[in-house]
Formats: sequence, C-alpha cells, structure tokens
Amino acid sequence: MAEPIVRLAGICKRYAEMVAVESLDLDIAAGEFVVLLGPSGSGKTTILSMIGGFAAPSAGRVLIAGEDVTDLPPARRPTATVFQDYALFPHMSVRSNVAFGLAMRKVPKAERHRRAGEVLQLVGLEGFGSRGVHQLSGGQRQRVALARAIAVEPKVLLLDEPLGALDLALRRQMQEELVRIQKRLGTTFVHVTHDQEEAMSIADRVVVMNKGRVEDMGPPSRVYLRPASVFTACFMGESNILTGEVVEATSGVAWVKTRVGTLTVPTHAMPAESVTLSIRPEQLLIGNAGAGTLSLGNGTITETSFQGTHLRAHVAMEGDGNNELLLRAPVGLPLPVGAEVQLSVRPEDLVMLKR
Amino acid sequence: MKPRELAVILYLTLAIVFIFLPVAILVQYSFQDGLVPVPPFRGFSLRWYERMLANRKLMEALGNSIIVGGVSSFVALTLGFLAAYGLARGRPRYAGRLQFCLMAPLTVPYIIIGLGLLSAFSTVGIGRSLVTVGLGHVVINLPLCFAIAYSQLGEHQANIERAAHDLGASDLQALLLVTVPMLWPTLLAAFFIAFTLSWDEFVIAFLLSKFDVTLPVVMWNMLNSGLNPQLNAVGTLVFATSTGLVVLIAALLLPRSRNG
Repeated sequence: MAEPIVRLAGICKRYAEMVAVESLDLDIAAGEFVVLLGPSGSGKTTILSMIGGFAAPSAGRVLIAGEDVTDLPPARRPTATVFQDYALFPHMSVRSNVAFGLAMRKVPKAERHRRAGEVLQLVGLEGFGSRGVHQLSGGQRQRVALARAIAVEPKVLLLDEPLGALDLALRRQMQEELVRIQKRLGTTFVHVTHDQEEAMSIADRVVVMNKGRVEDMGPPSRVYLRPASVFTACFMGESNILTGEVVEATSGVAWVKTRVGTLTVPTHAMPAESVTLSIRPEQLLIGNAGAGTLSLGNGTITETSFQGTHLRAHVAMEGDGNNELLLRAPVGLPLPVGAEVQLSVRPEDLVMLKR
Repeated sequence: MKPRELAVILYLTLAIVFIFLPVAILVQYSFQDGLVPVPPFRGFSLRWYERMLANRKLMEALGNSIIVGGVSSFVALTLGFLAAYGLARGRPRYAGRLQFCLMAPLTVPYIIIGLGLLSAFSTVGIGRSLVTVGLGHVVINLPLCFAIAYSQLGEHQANIERAAHDLGASDLQALLLVTVPMLWPTLLAAFFIAFTLSWDEFVIAFLLSKFDVTLPVVMWNMLNSGLNPQLNAVGTLVFATSTGLVVLIAALLLPRSRNG
C-alpha cells in the first residue's frame, strides 16, 4: 500500500467501566471505501469519532495524510462527517446548510453559492437550494447532509450509519449513489453500519468489529466466502458452524470428525487439534451431488420459510441430540416439512475458521 | 350524544366559566357608563379608557412595567441560557448539584425573595428603585429561563453543534451561528414567559420599589381609594397583554413540538 490517507496506530478507547476499542491498527488507502461493520457496542462508531476528532483515544495516534491529528479538534482536521441523525441546521435553507463549511473557510458568498449548487446537483437535489430543511423528506435530508460534508472537499468523509433511518428501497438506492459519488470524487469514505448487506454492496474493504476488536478485514467477497472467525461467519450472513477434531492429517488435507461425519478438509492441521468449520447454507447440496463431494448424511426437514429468492429450511440430521443444519434451497424444489433429504458439500466450500 | 361525553362537556364548561367569569366581569365593567363597577351595567362606554390614557401616573407605571419586564427578562434569559449552555456542553463536575442550585429559587415564595432582597439591598446600601425591582425579577425568572433553555440543549442539538465544529466553526461561531438561532423560537418564548411573569408580579415590585412603580403597584395604590371602573380598564389592559403574550408563546413553541 502506498502512503495511507488514514493511519490508526494502536488506538484504543477505554471508559471507566468498559473498553470501547481495544488496541487497533488500521491503514486506509486514499480513495478507498472502507466499511466498519459490527453490532451495536462493537466500537465501530467510536473509531469513526476518533478519526473525526469527536473522541480522544486513550492511547495511540491518529494520522491523516501523514500528519498526526490526534490532538487536533474536528474543525482543524481534513475530515467531514455525515451524522446518523443528519444534524442539519434547522434554521437555515438547504443552500446555507451546504455552504456553511465554505463560509467558515471565508469563501466569498457568490463562490460558495455556486459551489453549493454544484454539490446539490451531485447528490440529486438540484433546485432545492432555497428550501427549508423542515420541508424535506428523510431521504432528501440525508442527501443534504451528504452534500454539506462533501462541499468542504474533505480528504476523508466519515459516514455514521447514514442510511439507518431510510426504508429499504431508498436505502438500496442511496447505497448505489454513495458508491457512484465516491468513485466520482475519489474521496476516501469511511462508513459505519450494522447492516451486513449494505457493507457488502458498497465496500472496497469491510472491517468486521466485535466487542472492540477487529474480527476480520478484507474485500467483501473474501470476508463472506472465507470468513476468518465464527463471529464473522455468523454476522456476515448465516452459517452452519461445525466443531470437530482432526483425526488424521497429511500435508494439505485433514480428516475432521464432526457431528455430521468425518469430513475431508483441504487445509493444514495437526492431528488431535480442535477445529471449527463453517458452511454457508446456500452451499449445501441436495441429493446425490456426485463425485468429489462430501456426504453429510440424511436429514428431515423440520421447518421452512419462503424468502422470495430462496427457501430457508432447518434440517434435522441423523445422529444424536441437536444436530441441525440450515439450508438455503432454490424455491422450485419440493421440500415440504417432513421430507427426507440427503445433503452434501464441496470440500472447497468448507472453511476452517481461525477463531 | 353519549351521557359520558355530555358529562365531560358539562364539566369542562363549568371549569372554564369558573376560571374566566371573574375576568369577564372585570372586562365588562371596564366599559361601565357610570361611576362604580357594580351592577347594574349601564351600557357601553370608553370613557374609563380615555381616563386611563390621560392618567400620567398610570402611563408612567405602564412604561416602567415594560422597561422592568423587558430588561429583567433579557438579563434573566441571557444568564439562564449561558448557564444552561455551560452545564449541558461543558459538563462540569457536580453538574447535577449546580442544576439543583440554579432551579432551587423556583420553590421560594416571592414574599421571601422580596424580603430577602430588601434586607440585602439595605445592608449594602442600595436604595429601592426600578433597578432593584428588575433585579428581583431576574432572581425569579432566571431559574425558569435556565430550565427552558436546558431542556432544549439535548443530544440532537449537541450533534448539530458538532456538525458546525466539524465544518470548521469556532466555539463562538457555533454558538452564535448555530445554537442561538436554532433555539431562537424557544429563547423568544422563554423571554415572553419571563416578561409575562414580571408584568403581573406584585409582591416583589411592591417591596422593592419607591417612587417609580410598576403597573400592579399603581393598581394596588388605586384600590385604596375604592372600586373604580378605571381600575377595571387597567386590569383589562394587563390581562389582554398577558393573554396576547401567552398566545404568542404558544405560537412559538407549538410548531417545534409538532416537528419533533
């Protein structure tokens, strides 16, 4: 990576009773769209606040464009934030909101109005300049908040769950627009969300957070298909988690004894090692899947729900106790509750989780 | 109509009549075409209003009331708002206790505040005047202005101020360009609430004034020489002003609460 635009060097944030962020190192490249993904309380918003200057790290440094900004207030950092509740100035017109940052930079009035017009056009609010904030819908307010932050041409744009209050259709549309705007401006975006679908659809890189720690980090496809931890496998979509013990291992292949039989996993492992495997529900194959696949045995469908794009089913596998697998099947298959199915999986779809 | 609804309407009507009948009668007899404001009502006349407007003492007191109310409300609002801003944003140690101390005067009876100020002023050698009345009204209105401003300085407003800082505003710029204008309707309403209370206030104004007096004190002095329709006219003026201000306050505050 070239010189990162944002470097978080060992930052952590402790409060009297709890640790919000444990020692974190993170480099963000110029022009990158990074999404911090995690449940509430995972520390993702705290990280954003420390980059923006709204929270001081208990330890560690924040560098932006090579400059140590740890002790600088938000006003003197090359960042701008899109707040979760938009935090628009309610007493100002849309234009004045967007031009506020430029006014603070003493840009002449005519110039800042011209610039505000440009940015409003970029976010699809051309001609809304003279309206009052209270006359706008939620989606339009969101765009004004975005325009206001973009107008000051920050080096890094920080977005704190900006789409949380929008309905699903609007959220999808805004996700696409965020990506379009980000690519067009080339500005670095750091976006916080708890919505894994949103993270996958917009991010160049996802940073999965849990309890103040980074669980996993990488391009969405890698994080989804080859998750590093149990938490990531279950938070980024659904997973079947299988714990087991390595009964035999050669170079590159391990035989792992699990609740659905002994599976041949293409991985490096030591005999007698305890391991955790994950299988995505849509990677379970139904019926006799042929050569090269691993049979997981037979099971009975106990519960199904129609999800539109697929059928989600719980399958009770043969064996003792709670031996259930989650299955995503094409909607065309006749899979009533009580039906017997044989399940198998391709060895390469078995992921060995590190934690 | 169901009996239940009928009972509600009946009760409401009785309550409103009970509250407003004395005022209605006061207003009615300000138009009395006679020398005393007692039945029978002799018909409609504006002569007592003419007398009131021609009464120099009354008009002076009216001016005094406006000055005392305006200045003391402005001072109470400024101090109360700054205290609320400091407490909400600076988060000093013992913020809870400070808030309690600022609000505590609300529980003290006006007569105690008046007597306390009277002895305090005489101890340090400050004579009674409109200034001391105004100071008394600052004492009673500051807690109220503080409470109103404090209630409007929540986390959402703090985020809006954060946005201003984020976009490059200094503390002073954020205060003057964002916080105060954003709270403008609330602050104006607080000002008028304080003004209304000062406008109606008698005990402190009576205890702390000497030669220059406010309207309620003049009314009290006039009462000593018996009932007089002119007094009804003054009362009507005081009541109408207060009502007008209350309507104004409601108009300022209601659209805000509706928008959330």
